[in-house]
Amino acid sequence: MATVDVDLPHVKDEDPHHHGPAKGLGRWLYTTNHKDIGSMYLIFSLTMFMIGGIMALIIRAELFQPGLQLVEPNFFNQMTTMHGLIMVFGAVMPAFVGLANWMIPMQIGAPDMALPRMNNWSFWILPFAFLILLSSLFMPGGAPNFGWTFYAPLSTTYAPESVTFFIFGVHIMGASSIMGAINIIATILNMRAPGMTLMKMPLFVWTWLITAFLLIAVMPVLAGVVTMMLMDIHFGTSFFNAAGGGDPVLFQHVFWFFGHPEVYIMILPAFGIISEIIPTFARKRLFGYSSMVYAVASIALLSFVVWAHHMFTVGMPLVGEVFFMFATMLIAVPTGVKVFNWTATMFRGSMTFETPMLFAIAFVVLFTIGGFSGLMLAIAPADFQYHDTYFVVAHFHYVLVPGAIFSIMAATYYWLPKWTGHQLNETMGKLHFWLSFVGVNVTFFPMHFVGLAGMPRRIPDYALQFADFNSMASVGAFIFGFSQLVFIYNVIQNVRAGEKATAQVWEGAQGLEWTVPSPAPYHTFSTPPKVD
Amino acid sequence: MAEQNETKTNRLVVRLATAAIAMFGFGFALVPLYDVFCDITGLNGKNFSQGPAEVTSVDRSRTVKVQFVTVNPADMPWDFKPTVRSMRVHPGEDKHTTFYAKNSTAEWMVAQAVPSVTPSEAAPYLHKVNCFCFDRQPLDAGTDTEMPLLFVVDPELPEHISTITLSYALYDLTDDQKVTQVTLDNDKGRASL
Repeated sequence: MATVDVDLPHVKDEDPHHHGPAKGLGRWLYTTNHKDIGSMYLIFSLTMFMIGGIMALIIRAELFQPGLQLVEPNFFNQMTTMHGLIMVFGAVMPAFVGLANWMIPMQIGAPDMALPRMNNWSFWILPFAFLILLSSLFMPGGAPNFGWTFYAPLSTTYAPESVTFFIFGVHIMGASSIMGAINIIATILNMRAPGMTLMKMPLFVWTWLITAFLLIAVMPVLAGVVTMMLMDIHFGTSFFNAAGGGDPVLFQHVFWFFGHPEVYIMILPAFGIISEIIPTFARKRLFGYSSMVYAVASIALLSFVVWAHHMFTVGMPLVGEVFFMFATMLIAVPTGVKVFNWTATMFRGSMTFETPMLFAIAFVVLFTIGGFSGLMLAIAPADFQYHDTYFVVAHFHYVLVPGAIFSIMAATYYWLPKWTGHQLNETMGKLHFWLSFVGVNVTFFPMHFVGLAGMPRRIPDYALQFADFNSMASVGAFIFGFSQLVFIYNVIQNVRAGEKATAQVWEGAQGLEWTVPSPAPYHTFSTPPKVD
Repeated sequence: MAEQNETKTNRLVVRLATAAIAMFGFGFALVPLYDVFCDITGLNGKNFSQGPAEVTSVDRSRTVKVQFVTVNPADMPWDFKPTVRSMRVHPGEDKHTTFYAKNSTAEWMVAQAVPSVTPSEAAPYLHKVNCFCFDRQPLDAGTDTEMPLLFVVDPELPEHISTITLSYALYDLTDDQKVTQVTLDNDKGRASL
């Protein structure tokens, strides 16, 4: 359970062998320290979030009015593709890995990750993967323009030349994720402090353990599918080429076999974060700890048998449609358990509304809205109307932006005082929250309406009747985008100065990470704490 | 203690890395699995039989409409169409029709048609005794040809199916020594249906 009583006689490490960080650039290049690597992951993720965000703003600027005014349609397609790829693989996933690096060893009482050298490697190949991907923007023929789902034959027969760079980029980021996942599993299974049994682990650790297994199961399948593309393009095979006896629909099956677990990879750690924050600020133990663990595990298992709900309109026998429809709806049950438990944790708690809590509550409300639109999309007969419309865009942005991204921001605000040793500037934190909250909803809520009315996604122009809601969404997008500058300001300001934070930071905070001083020393738990 | 932990970690890492490599293989295994799955369930409309059909009785009490559809992929310049758009046939009856193809380009070309049947449930009951789709079709610049199709609808065809659509997509295989084989043989074993 999250409440752990700790017997911790020392926090400062007296061993002369353990010194502080090295100086200069070498510290970051050669570091094997989980806190350094965690910070690098988070900074990398923030950079990618800004680059992907600029692409989103280019998309929204073009869609501000009907007609084509700012960019060429082909460039628009490159923007939608790159925005998706960068946000999924460059912003959300590395942010969670960064948080895992920082917090998992501290939450389970381990001195570092189990495989520190591999940890360095799995981070440092990541910037190169994205340099390769981003460099394709400057190549003749332009960047990948076939959507982040890169359906064949659009991504094989009809792809720009740069598709090969995209494929190698995906290979590298896949290798990075797999190494990260192996490291996290090894750390959690082998390095817990004595007395920290599995069912005493904080939920962030639990959700990451399950996420890491998902990563090991599906990232290789993604690597496989891009390898098949590579062979079709350059070596004359016909995996997805009907003229050679292949089948383009096969691509979609293999892709979504990876793709659906992937969307849970992007949300399960968020569930863990929210399950840490809500008890702290409700000053109550998490309601239904074990049901939370089982719910996450069952969501992860179900994620392997629902992939074809992305393909209802592709052509499937009735039995298939019915199976995938009901299997998908089944996921609402464990998800409902989680939402219920978070609400029950808040019920009759002595709640206070600091910035992390605001983001956490917004997560619960807005993620649930995204979950409900997901249920609507799961209804196979109705999906024929919604498929490939802005309703889908609204749905997955509701679960990813106020879902995954808000949870990452909540986590940053929650643990930042522990990382920097400075209390949060609550005024600026709340300013950031309210601007983001309003911006997100103004951006994505109108998309439900234009989607239901039939506006197709990934098209740079649209019919006149969608104009008002689109300009509204664009205004919201710019509010949301620029309010992230407040976030950057808050983080930088907090690193530089601020009121000294106590070890516990938040009044209701429980768990091992709050027993070490703030800022957390370079080496923590060199001698394992005793957990009762 | 620490050493023991290290061997434990090493063993775990080896296992996890093996799992990752196995999943990479599984991604590729999905390709034949997909074909097997389509084969068993008859999805995809490719589950037809070819070669001599052993149908003896003709069911004159029943008439089934067979429609012919042709598709040219974007980069295929030939004229390609059925000579008749549809036929009414009695199950068990041998039927013959032709498809017209013209190479309207100024170069010699080779093409091959790939069939598909809708509804896919009907695919195993449409026997192609002889079909132009079994072979590649070369045509000189500007020449045309009529390509034969000999088929039988199986009397076992489920009652609720009254219309079968047979669709052909014609692919350009001219510079295509890279495509070694058009897999129409995924169903050889079923010819005796």
